[in-house]
Amino acid sequence: MNAPNRPELSQDTELPLMQVRGLTRYFGARPGCIDVSFDVFAGEVLAIVGESGSGKSTLLSLISAQLKPDQGAVHYQMRDGVNRNVLELNEAEQRLLMRTDWGFVHQDPAMGLRMGISAGANIGERLMAIGARHYGDIRSAAQSWLTCVEIEPDRIDDLPKAFSGGMRQRLQFARNLVTQPRLIFMDEPTGGLDVSVQARLLDLLRELAANLGLAVIIVTHDLGVARILSHRILVMRRGRVIEQGLTDQVLDDPQEPYTQLLVSSILQA
Amino acid sequence: MIESPHETGYNFAYLDEQTKRMIRRAIMKAIAIPGYQVPFAAREMPMPHGWGTGGVQLTAALLGPEDVLKVIDQGADDTTNAVSIRQFFQKTAGIATTTRTDEASIIQTRHRIPEMPLKAGQILVYQVPIPEPLRFLEPRETETRKMHALEEYGLMHVKLYEDIARHGYIATTYAYPVRVEGRYVMDPSPIPKFDNPKMQMSPALQLFGAGREKRIYAIAPHTRVASLDFDDHPFKINRFDRPCALCGGEGVYLDEVLMDDRGQRMFVCSDTSYCESRRAMGHGPVDASAEPAR
Ligand SMILES: Nc1ncnc2c1ncn2[C@@H]1O[C@H](COP(=O)(O)OP(=O)(O)OP(=O)(O)O)[C@@H](O)[C@H]1O
Ligand SMILES: [Mg+2]
Repeated sequence: MNAPNRPELSQDTELPLMQVRGLTRYFGARPGCIDVSFDVFAGEVLAIVGESGSGKSTLLSLISAQLKPDQGAVHYQMRDGVNRNVLELNEAEQRLLMRTDWGFVHQDPAMGLRMGISAGANIGERLMAIGARHYGDIRSAAQSWLTCVEIEPDRIDDLPKAFSGGMRQRLQFARNLVTQPRLIFMDEPTGGLDVSVQARLLDLLRELAANLGLAVIIVTHDLGVARILSHRILVMRRGRVIEQGLTDQVLDDPQEPYTQLLVSSILQA
Repeated sequence: MIESPHETGYNFAYLDEQTKRMIRRAIMKAIAIPGYQVPFAAREMPMPHGWGTGGVQLTAALLGPEDVLKVIDQGADDTTNAVSIRQFFQKTAGIATTTRTDEASIIQTRHRIPEMPLKAGQILVYQVPIPEPLRFLEPRETETRKMHALEEYGLMHVKLYEDIARHGYIATTYAYPVRVEGRYVMDPSPIPKFDNPKMQMSPALQLFGAGREKRIYAIAPHTRVASLDFDDHPFKINRFDRPCALCGGEGVYLDEVLMDDRGQRMFVCSDTSYCESRRAMGHGPVDASAEPAR
């Protein structure tokens, strides 16, 4: 298989942007996530793969501070350079982080967008949330982000309802990117889109991540998506990370029998 | 204990003393945290909710035997709604009523602030249908409470942004949101935005009651009240391009009234009491064909 042209990671990043340590969360007796640890570096794309119910979304909710773990820590290098356990930030700090230095792209655009307001307002919301009070500036920022995600800027006053599935996902990108976050969480962002739309979206995502130096933690059950996009990969099974490493190594030479099974099933597909 | 001066069988001002104390406690809290919506155990009143039962309960809790009550609806003292509420308190509290703004100690209002500036010691009681300014974009109550608590008010500007994107200017003309004392964002009830500046630094106490939604909020006297806007689309009030057709008053809020069935219209003061007092003082229509002023 040809090596995809993923962006190269810059080598001068020393400290991880995020360090996840020993994250555990049970739902009653059922494990959501057990003793998960990993690092994410600035500009790095990390894929979390595994079958349905393996704990991918649970892990994403935990590290983005939307769900409280039973145990563990999530250390994050804040914009001011200070390393903080995000689970110990107060709610106001967590919410501020979520709408400035982080982003979240949902599979269902209705979860990530306000469907009843215009594309421009969807993009401008984060700016207004952090105090932007100049309509003209907000509008031109929205326009340029629309262009960046390959939506015609003259669609700025349209409602997301009038957009196709692929456009809605791109609008979610723009809405998140407008505050220039350093880390974006994505849960199956291309799920439910047809193949050609998905391919275009992945291209865009890869370009954006590279150009903006974004770190991305992307949940997918599609190993093809992981291969195209990610530098590193975590394989989850029953709440545990059973294998992790560079994407090409893990996918070309899986060590765990479960990963071998996953890889072979995609080859059949 | 205050005796009811009339043998109506009701407690003074209808509500029992315990309920009034509960409402007064909510009022005290509301005054202490201007703009913050205080929940209260609203009672059913013997009138439909659309009649402003929130305001009526506030007035009932505030009234003493010496109070003089004025009630206005869209600026007028003589609408069915205003007359009924005034009569309700005449009957249940035996208090004096007035139509004159300067004579009233308590003014209950729906949709207007009187033209005559209010004084220290006066209380303006607003009837509020929907107290939550964030509801337009965020229907979840748990979320809007959190947004107030964390001062996350970006959504209010999203609403104004949408206005400008759609109309080219901020088209919100009623219930125009304000920030109170630099902290809570508040819905001033459906008054025209023309009245918004009157809330700022008013020497009177302003109380807001929402009956159906069981909320009370307040603007203490001499409190900063800023209408939300953008730097490049500053808050502006609508000026009328003509004086009142009856009293010649300028810089006041005018209503358009139909004169006859041939579509003849004129613009007159919405504040009927203000208009009458001006006419009583000898003011009249300003004739365009320029008679010199008397
Ligand atoms: N809120 C919850 N309450 C109870 N159990 C939950 C909850 N959320 C997740 N679980 C359980 O935790 C486990 C992991 O679920 P999770 O949603 O993280 O899986 P996933 O890998 O994202 O699956 P999918 O690919 O289907 O989205 C499952 O057994 C699930 O039933
Ligand atoms: Mg999932």
